[in-house]
Amino acid sequence: MRPFEYARPQTEAEAVELLSDHDGKTAVLAGGTDIMNLLRRDAIQPRRLVDIKHISSMQGIRQADGGVLVGSLVTLEDAAESPLLAEHRSVLQVAHAHKAIQIQQAGTLAGDLCQLPHCWYFRNGYGLLGMENGLSMAEAGDNRYHAIFGNRGPAKFVSGSRFAPAMIAWGAKVRVVGPEGEEFIPLEYFFATPKTDRQNVTVLRPGQLVTHVWLPSRTADIVSGAYEVLELNGLDRPQAAAAVTLKMQSGIVRDARIVMGHVAPTPWVAQEAANALIGQSVNEDTASRVGDIAVAGATPLSMNGFKVQMARAAVKRSLLRAVGQLDEALV
Amino acid sequence: MAEREVTWGPRGSHTLIGKEVSRIDGVEKASGAAKYTNDMNQPGTLFARLLTCTHAKAKVTRLNVDKAKAIAGVHTVYLFKDIGENAECNYDGELVAAVAAETADIAEDGVRAIEVAYEVLPHVVDEQDLEAARAAKRLKYDDDGKEVPLVDRTVGDPDKAIADADVVHTGYYGIHTISHMCLEPHGAHCTWDESGDGPKLTARHSTQAVSTTGPQFASQFGLDASDVRVICNYIGGGFGSKFAADIWGWAAAQMSKDTGRPVRLMLDRATELKTPGTRPSGFANVTVAATKDGKITAWKSHHWGTNGPQGGTIDGNQMPYVFDPPNKHVVSQGIATDCGPNRAWRAPNHPQLCAITDTALTDLAAKLNMSPVDLYKANLDQLDDTAKENSKLYAAELDRAAELMEWEKKWHAHGKGGNGPVKRGLGVALHRWGGQSVKCSSEVRIFADGGAQASIGSQDLGTGTRTVIAMVLAETCGLPLEKVKARLGSNEYVYGNPSGGSITVGSVTGATRRAALEATGILFDKVAEKYKVDAKTLSLGDEAVWSDKKKVCSWKDACRLIGPEPITATGPSPVADGLTSKLVGGVQMADVSVDTETGVIRINRMVAVQDCGLVINEKTAKSQVYGGLIMGIAYATNEERIMDNNSGRYINADMETYKLPRIGDIGELIVEFYQPDSEYNRGVVGLGEPPVISTGAAIANAVANATGVRVPVLPMTPKRVLDALAQA
Repeated sequence: MRPFEYARPQTEAEAVELLSDHDGKTAVLAGGTDIMNLLRRDAIQPRRLVDIKHISSMQGIRQADGGVLVGSLVTLEDAAESPLLAEHRSVLQVAHAHKAIQIQQAGTLAGDLCQLPHCWYFRNGYGLLGMENGLSMAEAGDNRYHAIFGNRGPAKFVSGSRFAPAMIAWGAKVRVVGPEGEEFIPLEYFFATPKTDRQNVTVLRPGQLVTHVWLPSRTADIVSGAYEVLELNGLDRPQAAAAVTLKMQSGIVRDARIVMGHVAPTPWVAQEAANALIGQSVNEDTASRVGDIAVAGATPLSMNGFKVQMARAAVKRSLLRAVGQLDEALV
Repeated sequence: MAEREVTWGPRGSHTLIGKEVSRIDGVEKASGAAKYTNDMNQPGTLFARLLTCTHAKAKVTRLNVDKAKAIAGVHTVYLFKDIGENAECNYDGELVAAVAAETADIAEDGVRAIEVAYEVLPHVVDEQDLEAARAAKRLKYDDDGKEVPLVDRTVGDPDKAIADADVVHTGYYGIHTISHMCLEPHGAHCTWDESGDGPKLTARHSTQAVSTTGPQFASQFGLDASDVRVICNYIGGGFGSKFAADIWGWAAAQMSKDTGRPVRLMLDRATELKTPGTRPSGFANVTVAATKDGKITAWKSHHWGTNGPQGGTIDGNQMPYVFDPPNKHVVSQGIATDCGPNRAWRAPNHPQLCAITDTALTDLAAKLNMSPVDLYKANLDQLDDTAKENSKLYAAELDRAAELMEWEKKWHAHGKGGNGPVKRGLGVALHRWGGQSVKCSSEVRIFADGGAQASIGSQDLGTGTRTVIAMVLAETCGLPLEKVKARLGSNEYVYGNPSGGSITVGSVTGATRRAALEATGILFDKVAEKYKVDAKTLSLGDEAVWSDKKKVCSWKDACRLIGPEPITATGPSPVADGLTSKLVGGVQMADVSVDTETGVIRINRMVAVQDCGLVINEKTAKSQVYGGLIMGIAYATNEERIMDNNSGRYINADMETYKLPRIGDIGELIVEFYQPDSEYNRGVVGLGEPPVISTGAAIANAVANATGVRVPVLPMTPKRVLDALAQA
């Protein structure tokens, strides 16, 4: 591992100041479940690591503004056990799908949202976009785990976040602090597709930090579900995923949000598929049809056509799961 | 000396042999007290890090280590490559240089400071595309440049037999390259010390061959073999890839010699996957023909694959596997790829041969509307030379496996695995292995204080070798297990065989039994003289010496007769005295579920019925079979080396994307030894390799039975399953 400065702020303001130095060549350390791998593999070279674990304002889960405010230091296990999140089924389902105990206990929800891609070209040291001699390595190479949507630009990787689809479907916002103060950003607009290696996978600017995630409270007419296609029944990353939040009235969908994960450089909102569900009931047939619509515009690369089917299945199953019709043996 | 009959004694007469005995080093291993090479950290140790080639094929055009050497804390730089004669790199991950420094981090700084440049050359890493290999001229050619196969073998008249057959099946099958993925990487901790009268070089080497790597170090450095001490008390996986001193072992020794400090050089995880060995691949077009009763009449196959730069593939001379129809034509071709080289991988050739043969046979059975179990039984009278004496054994093992699997109840026709998205199916495959003991010695000592020790220059790969040596010694001396000592892991003990080929348990237990019988025979003479009894009537048990069921004296009293010079006896292996023999069969069955919407396979149940003659330790033996099944589940479903055809690099050389099953992926494993008296009576036969052979084919066949679609190439990742379903 290359040498770097280690800083341990006690407050958000200190963290912002520490992150702003070195022209922003700084990185946040929270659970450390992923960044340590990135450092060891030399995939990123921050000059300073800012350990936020001792900032008390970013701990804990509480009610706030008609919703739930989750501190950035809340672990997956804390979230899964919190009564305040017990109604956000899709979020819990994603937490439980993390079968690795290390990640459940050390990994944080906010860390997941900020996670860098797991593209093997990036992780093997060829930069965020995985370029060599000016060419996309994923485009010409082995892209089996890469994007099937939003992949026409130089970014071919898939978003690393597992919680983003469920949280976007819930209408989550992130609280961000930075040199210019505090702002709440709808999570749907938090992610970005970089066009150069110097850009980022989120809209965070140098010095900015996610301190909290805010989720609206559930009302009785809302149901949610998530489904991740996991090859391994343990530590593994999804090859496709989807999450839905549905507003129901007498068994009929009145409003719907469908978001796919691990299919594009950002979480991918399936707006047409959601629209097609409105006025329908959710059953095997409608779920299948909506799954078809969700993947209709997919543009798979040379080796990842199979992911279109996986994404279709994930959408279908997240819908069925939301309404309690999914055979849990399939999870 | 009292004549002692060399046998294992009657079945059922033992206190330890054949019982379930926990490993004697289990606590040390589980608690971290056991020190592996990777743990060696003597005062003064320097830590090495590696610079490896990042191209599939390249020439080093510039290599300047001055800046690395100038870093404070860097002590030496070792070059595996250089510009000029030794400039060629033949695969991604090939070693270029090593830096030894005060800390691993400083060594990494040193590696980054090395200035290296390459002339990148065109590469071929695709192991599956025969036409592309042909176009790139990467096959085998004769002196006139004409393409020639590695094997082209015809027996009988296969074309006629196929024309005459009732049923003919043609299919495509394959099995991809995997790496050994030892949890403890390859490497050595070397100490060069010419100051005393001890060995000049001590290599704490992660090795499967404690007794035979010393000379490889010695010849490299012009030392006498006796000047090299090799130590390996524990090893974190080898699987056939850790027999040699290896260039990195030599590098560690050289760097220690150059610096006067101990040097620890372990491969990093990526290099561990890329460099010290892989299992070769094979892809085959197969035609197999049979009568309507399922008697196989002909086999034709053309397979190709790679074992790296050498241009080999799996052994065509053993195709088809186990079954030997009267008419056959086998062609094999190897592709010389710019990929890491191969090494023996647990049962070399056999898992791949089985994955091509037994899959084709199951598809043939489906075409005949037969259960594959019935097809196998119909052909047990035409097995190959090594397997043929086991035809009755296979029949019995098939029956027992079917019972344990509830085959009759669960079996359904090909593709009738259910109406929902998840289909369930059954598969079967079988295998053979040798497992005969080889040259090995065991030195047993009995001391005046009652202590008993067996020592062998062997190694415990994790199979329980240390435990079975202790069990045999304790059993023979009539002592509890904790009162004897089993020493291994040093070449200063008597010669032990390299552990490969499932030969070790037979070799070490046979030798230890013989030595212990001789040593206790000497003890009997002393007891006979002192207590005025006939030595021939003496036996040992319950920490005492007995004469015709009457206690003569305690073990301790007997040992007091020994005096200051311990009784020492050295037992040889192998001896044709019935303690050991060779040749095993083995049958495995799989019950799997296939999610046809996601491509994910789940293992419900695996059954392994395995023979291995006399079982010394039922628990560690079972553990071997569990391990084989788990490794088989890995290469059947998830595990593969992924070469990026575009860049020529091994892109999943890490523990995240080199996928291995997790505990939750294993399913229910049912292991049973086939051990009627006939098995007990043939003595010990090796077990380490056979249980990994037929797992892949059995799972592949279960997937085909479930879905009605053959997923042709292992591992059957969700991608391959969905791609196969989409094409069906």
